[in-house]
Amino acid sequence: MNCRSEAMLAVLHTVLLHRSTGKFHYKKEGTYSIGTVGTQDVDCDFIDFTYVRVSSEELDRALRKVVGEFKDALRNSGGDGLGQMSLEFYQKKKSRWPFSDECIPWEVWTVKVHVVALATEQERQICREKVGEKLCEKIINIVEVMNRHEYLPKMPTQSEVDNVFDTGLRDVQPYLYKISFQITDALGTSVTTTMRRLIKDTLAL
Amino acid sequence: METDLNSQDRKDLDKFIKFFALKTVQVIVQARLGEKICTRSSSSPTGSDWFNLAIKDIPEVTHEAKKALAGQLPAVGRSMCVEISLKTSEGDSMELEIWCLEMNEKCDKEIKVSYTVYNRLSLLLKSLLAITRVTPAYRLSRKQGHEYVILYRIYFGEVQLNGLGEGFQTVRVGTVGTPVGTITLSCAYRINLAFMSTRQFERTPPIMGIIIDHFVDRPYPSSSPMHPCNYRAAGEDTGVTYPSVEDSQEVCTTSFSTSPPSQCVFTVTKAHFQTPTPVVTDTLRVPMAGLAFSHQPAALGPGPADLAYPVVFAAGLKATHPHQLMVPGKEGGVPLAPNQPAHGAQADQERLATYTPSDGARCAATPSSSEDTETVSNSSEGRASPHDVLETVFVRKVGAFVNKPINQVTLTSLDIPFAMFAPKNLELEDADPMVNPPDSPETESPLQGSLHSDGSSGGSSGNTHDDFVMIDFKPAFSKDDILPMDLGTFYREFQNPPQLSSLSIDIGAQSMAEDLDSLPEKLAVHEKNVREFDAFVETLQ
Repeated sequence: MNCRSEAMLAVLHTVLLHRSTGKFHYKKEGTYSIGTVGTQDVDCDFIDFTYVRVSSEELDRALRKVVGEFKDALRNSGGDGLGQMSLEFYQKKKSRWPFSDECIPWEVWTVKVHVVALATEQERQICREKVGEKLCEKIINIVEVMNRHEYLPKMPTQSEVDNVFDTGLRDVQPYLYKISFQITDALGTSVTTTMRRLIKDTLAL
Repeated sequence: METDLNSQDRKDLDKFIKFFALKTVQVIVQARLGEKICTRSSSSPTGSDWFNLAIKDIPEVTHEAKKALAGQLPAVGRSMCVEISLKTSEGDSMELEIWCLEMNEKCDKEIKVSYTVYNRLSLLLKSLLAITRVTPAYRLSRKQGHEYVILYRIYFGEVQLNGLGEGFQTVRVGTVGTPVGTITLSCAYRINLAFMSTRQFERTPPIMGIIIDHFVDRPYPSSSPMHPCNYRAAGEDTGVTYPSVEDSQEVCTTSFSTSPPSQCVFTVTKAHFQTPTPVVTDTLRVPMAGLAFSHQPAALGPGPADLAYPVVFAAGLKATHPHQLMVPGKEGGVPLAPNQPAHGAQADQERLATYTPSDGARCAATPSSSEDTETVSNSSEGRASPHDVLETVFVRKVGAFVNKPINQVTLTSLDIPFAMFAPKNLELEDADPMVNPPDSPETESPLQGSLHSDGSSGGSSGNTHDDFVMIDFKPAFSKDDILPMDLGTFYREFQNPPQLSSLSIDIGAQSMAEDLDSLPEKLAVHEKNVREFDAFVETLQ
């Protein structure tokens, strides 16, 4: 875990906080009830910042895993690098056989990270605070966008719920999402590594 | 305007707004308690978690919120405001933030109450959870304790922003359109405190001293009292129990229909607040781990075409100068509507501070800075509040167990409590802060007046023999009439007792042989008195 990993987690968790609901429980007559989403504060160790995430250990683990992979990829790319992570919310659309289901994104969040080496403790301290302040701005930005209410998938029937939501978690239900990242080297001339990681195993993809 | 809304929807909507207001207050106050909040997710709905969010209800806070609302709901011109302020241990207080829940006339007739409005209110609460951790007051509230406490006050009516100082910032948490109006949640926060956030505040000389009754009511004639954002202390000390949020009559809606509702086009005002502070903007030019951020909603559903955009906070800052908006009114602070809105952002700033002079009668409070200053001596409150705590008066000296002169350590870097009272030199009684409070400029004793009243009882023998300096204090339940001295004095007087005679060297010099010789004599004496001994033993049994 380091400064940029925590920053990345803060951003991802904030977006997913807004894009997760409680678990749906379908009842007769086409009605459903929704479980309760708990929240918890997380203090960052390397940044002067606290963010709120959904109380779901599974979700937290999944995000930490991908952020860890991103961090390793950045490190392996050497020196100053530019990394970009995309969090994409999508809907599945059933296709007829033999075609596999389509994944249609309806919202994509992209976070760009520029890695800077910090030599002294003082630089690190300054970075701590400045990144914290910058993160505050980003959170405000995320909230602003969220509250535009631009598009959300319609609430699905029971048979369709897996096309809209990730129902695999025990305690919360985020919209279907996938996270991918790519790294470019400092020169930006070519993509040295492009990695694509799917967090959720979707059907036949 | 309301003819389209059937009575059931209207009732539901009123309920949603009422509970949204209560939950908003809970989120804000809990975010300023100074500790991390954690609630659990539950996959099965309980029916009592409004908006499908696990937000605890602190009964005292709910009680205060209901008292402020007094059965009404936020409406046009009647906003619900939560004011967060900081109060130092010496009595100075300062407004940090005002959170406003407002309603305007812009209605969305098409929106479905029981579904879309409810879900959007839930989203707005999530946004509020995120934003409350991001304003400068959050970091201050996490560090509250000895030096200062964070207080909250709920009022209903017109928003009063003149206590936030010049150039305060605003951030809009979000809006939800309803058939009866658009609900807006926003926060105006003091900006110059951002410079004092964590670093600078700690570097100023610690303002230590007598910890007085935190739960002081503001001396406003008609305003609601301030309350501390540390619920546990209040609960333990006062022992007052408040009725918990009811119950069966107010069960929140958790059932939804799967028949997909028609997608609503919800227009949101485009203007948004730009929030970066000038200082941060300047330093952002320093290359470091920057985060550029972009958001691209894919145009699947209805929405504006210009969706993809890189979102970076612009360097320009539209500072709201309160004097442009606020005119000191007759009632000591009723702001008047400005004449000319400059442009979009400012227009929204005005919306935050929309006042109608005719509504002056509803003015909730008249905060003026002169009234804010409460000296420590002014500890007797006129109004008995159920949150009052017994005054604990602490009389402090130099930090305990200091074994070198304090003046060798710079006060600014010293984080010990009560470093204020470190004598500048080691002259004894004269430098003793209990007798003569220090008046050096950088370590000005803020507690001069109050210290004098309690200084004498400290029995200050000064710093005579001080490898160790004991803190004078009055332990709870100690009585002075039994022994006319307190624990500290007692300790000092008896800290060098004479040695026990049995341990003295003279006795030890006797040889073992002599001891043995004298034994038979001693035994004979004891045998003579054996009956007495037996009688004594029997009394013990």
